[in-house]
Amino acid sequence: MKIAVVDYGAGNLPSVERALAKLGAQTERAVEPAQLASATAIVLPGVGHFGAFVRGLRERNLTSSLRAAFDSGKPILGICLGLQAMFAASEEAPGEPGLEFFPEEVRALPTSVKSPHIGWNQLRRLDASQLLGGIPEDAYFYFAHSYAAPASAKYTVAACDHGFPFAAVIECHGLAAVQFHPEKSGDTGAQVLRNFLESVP
Amino acid sequence: MTLARRIIPCLDVDAGRVVKGIEFEGLRDMGDPAELAGRYNSEGADEIVVLDISASHQGRGTFLETIRRVAEQLNIPLTAGGGIRTMEEGRAVLRAGADKVTVNTAAVERPELLSELARQFGAQAVVLSIDVKRKGNSWEPYTRGGRDSTGRDAAQWAAEAVSRGAGEILLTSIDRDGTCSGFDCELTAKIASTVPVPVIASGGASTFDDFLAVFTDGRADAALAASIFHTATHSMGALKEFLAERGVSVRLSR
Repeated sequence: MKIAVVDYGAGNLPSVERALAKLGAQTERAVEPAQLASATAIVLPGVGHFGAFVRGLRERNLTSSLRAAFDSGKPILGICLGLQAMFAASEEAPGEPGLEFFPEEVRALPTSVKSPHIGWNQLRRLDASQLLGGIPEDAYFYFAHSYAAPASAKYTVAACDHGFPFAAVIECHGLAAVQFHPEKSGDTGAQVLRNFLESVP
Repeated sequence: MTLARRIIPCLDVDAGRVVKGIEFEGLRDMGDPAELAGRYNSEGADEIVVLDISASHQGRGTFLETIRRVAEQLNIPLTAGGGIRTMEEGRAVLRAGADKVTVNTAAVERPELLSELARQFGAQAVVLSIDVKRKGNSWEPYTRGGRDSTGRDAAQWAAEAVSRGAGEILLTSIDRDGTCSGFDCELTAKIASTVPVPVIASGGASTFDDFLAVFTDGRADAALAASIFHTATHSMGALKEFLAERGVSVRLSR
């Protein structure tokens, strides 16, 4: 099993790599399409700006390989901005197309709540979830974001509320994506990563 | 479903060692940063802050190594800073394994630094640290570790900093720091009601009741303390149980 961790030119990759390595996974930083094609599974972590993120993916010609991986059902885990990038667009970068796996638009958290949404929050389970298997319903996860995808997005299996109900966990065939940071969510987060690795053939 | 109030142990680091400062003067060795951070991580801390309090410029390499060593011990967020003056220094801190960088003096002198950092790394990675002293009915920010007055108003500065891109405010009362007389709840409530981002209260923590007060009266989103955790006067678990029993949302299970 070889896990490609997508390196789009920014972001804190070492913490994701360290968390996966602690679970026994072999990771490789992917900067070109061939690495995604040969990987058993793909992790797409992201922090920062939606526009810079999707441009970084396009500049490395990674978008069509990600699409191909998604279409073939290869296990993919999107984290934070990695989840948001799977949607069609974001209010953070108008006119900048996302990966368009899902048709919705990522929206800014409203001014009625503190933004960024930073800290540990709980989830509302909407559907059966492979990724959340074995994790108590009242467990906390670490979030750090100012934008979010609406919980009404079709494959949302767990939501969180901050300003509006947003998608915290998405599962669609081989693909999984989380708005929180599993690599920063203590032992609970490690369980999420373990569940993902178990889904990898 | 509620956003938990965070408890954040702070490691003040000088020459690779955790030290304890009293009212910004006088230092005592408190141990190895990676060892302490690992202990707090396993005891249920919600985040770790590491601050470089060494004055010397040549200490920077040592500090980045400290961040790397601390980050290796954690599966919770890490914030680091102290003397960060430029975007490149901020980048180095994040590259070393921190999730957020704190800036203070340099942001007062050149507020554009906040926008530059936020544009590059996102507002969620930018923490503005403000050290304040009470002046009658308001609070004045001080820079350079509490030595220089700025002539500004803390609430106004906090609001400006957020508009420029700060995603969190780390608010320290110099008057209370190291005194064990409790957080300045009036100050924290003032800033927390002014800015639309989370506020981390710091300075003066001594008892469990101090934490309860800063989360209720003080409206803080997070509370930071150093010495009371280092000396093992208080266990993280007992503090959180205490707060949970009194209706404060905290993360209990790990």
